[in-house]
Amino acid sequence: MIEIKNLTKTFHTANGDITALQDVSLTVRDGEIYGIIGLSGAGKSTLVRCMNLLERPTCGQVLVDGRDLMTMPRKELLKTRQGIGMIFQSFNLLEQRNVLKNVCYPLEIAGVPKAAANERAVELLKLVGLEDRQKAYPAQLSGGQKQRVAIARALATNPRYLLCDEATSALDPNTTQSILALLKEINEKLGVTIVVITHEMRVIDQICDRVAVIDQSRIAEEGPVSEVFTRPRSRIARELILPGNKSSVSEISGGKKIRLIYNGERSTKPVIANMILECQVHASILAADTRDIDGCTYGYTVLALPDDERQYERVIGWLNEHHNTYRVED
Amino acid sequence: MLSDIFYKLWDAGLLQLGVWETIYLTLIPTAIAYVLGLPLGVLLCITDQNGLHPIPVLNKILSVFVNIFRSIPFIILMVAMLPVAKLLVGTSIGNKAMIVTLVIAAAPYVARMVESSLKEVDAGVIEAAQAMGSSNFQIITKVLIPEAKPALIIGAVISTVTILGYSAMSATIGGTGLGQIAIVYGHQRFKDDIIWICMVLIVIIVQIIQELGMMIARKTDKRIRK
Repeated sequence: MIEIKNLTKTFHTANGDITALQDVSLTVRDGEIYGIIGLSGAGKSTLVRCMNLLERPTCGQVLVDGRDLMTMPRKELLKTRQGIGMIFQSFNLLEQRNVLKNVCYPLEIAGVPKAAANERAVELLKLVGLEDRQKAYPAQLSGGQKQRVAIARALATNPRYLLCDEATSALDPNTTQSILALLKEINEKLGVTIVVITHEMRVIDQICDRVAVIDQSRIAEEGPVSEVFTRPRSRIARELILPGNKSSVSEISGGKKIRLIYNGERSTKPVIANMILECQVHASILAADTRDIDGCTYGYTVLALPDDERQYERVIGWLNEHHNTYRVED
Repeated sequence: MLSDIFYKLWDAGLLQLGVWETIYLTLIPTAIAYVLGLPLGVLLCITDQNGLHPIPVLNKILSVFVNIFRSIPFIILMVAMLPVAKLLVGTSIGNKAMIVTLVIAAAPYVARMVESSLKEVDAGVIEAAQAMGSSNFQIITKVLIPEAKPALIIGAVISTVTILGYSAMSATIGGTGLGQIAIVYGHQRFKDDIIWICMVLIVIIVQIIQELGMMIARKTDKRIRK
């Protein structure tokens, strides 16, 4: 269990103090995948760096398995860090070491004899599907392969925790999928507790059990992913989770346009089809962004309607009658 | 003509000795300068404000110390350091004394070379090593130096060539080698052709050091896709 208690982190810079985190408290439970999401600059990277004390909090407590990292002697801190793996957006592999030697690095640090370390490294490379690239150097690998090596390296010392700092942000969608699947597998098979920092909804959506939404140095909202996603309470969570209602369609030319807004209606309700049939109008979809969460629709559709005034009135009347939220676009 | 003089000097064994002494007066001081300059460079790098173990006061002191030695022209420093040579090796003349002055001039130069090479190691890689529980000493020996190896080798090549230049200057106060042949046999006897022969030999030595060093640097750099 990783517990963060009333953590504040202030950076002293030439241009004055910057508060990266303000009174943050959270608990990562054993065996779960815990997501931390926020816009860039929200403080999430600083937060994950506080979990292994790469950043020393200005005040507050960081407890790993009940032991306070802040008051620990340095030797013990280094030992504790060996039990907390970490992967990064930019992979951070040792460029002058081959794949096998990269995975051996944490074992060297932990004082594992060379033969045993090699054996363990090969085993891990098998787990991440790279046993045939042992002798390759990082420069010869793709982004996804580099992250797999980084994961193998992070797991070498059998850590109970794995911290992922934007681990998929530099990868393409397909590679992201495979890395997320690997993280999920590691969580389920090895029982490693994982903390995921990201600005991407789909990462949280796909693998996390619980999520904290961080905004302007504070935790805006926290809870099980299904709960936060279905009923986001904070403004920032709604902004991150629900598809945008703000994007402009003014660049789409021609005719009369309305924007239908879905705010959690049943997904199965055929709003547009009903409208077209009952109003007897031709409408075409110009733009749409919707997300289905637990059988409810969130998002919007922008429709182009005929220029005919009477048909247009009919549509507006129908929408009002059926209590649909809409906005007339310019 | 030029070739006649070349063969004359060659038969007398003067040029071979000159080449050998030049190499000797370059490589020995370079090696000793690295023994001192490498730790000094590491210290400059890690005590920096953004370094592994910031000690701003120490960093400032070392930096000023290095800058002082780096800003004195070698020809002056060389003369000024002769008493130090006397103190350390018991003589202020000959190659023994020259090695001392060359090392004093070169070590701060090497330290800066090492510092700048080490500072080019990706901060993310160092962070990853810290996250894995490495001690600072382990980061220096297992991350900083190995990761900076190609840059360190290139730095060593540049340092060696600079020190070769310094060693030629030491001829003015009794150092031996091609520099001495150029000055004593060439300049002081108004024999420009001897100066030219020495110059060509020095250029050849520099070229060999340069090409060999760069080849080793390229060979060791694993960032290059092969």
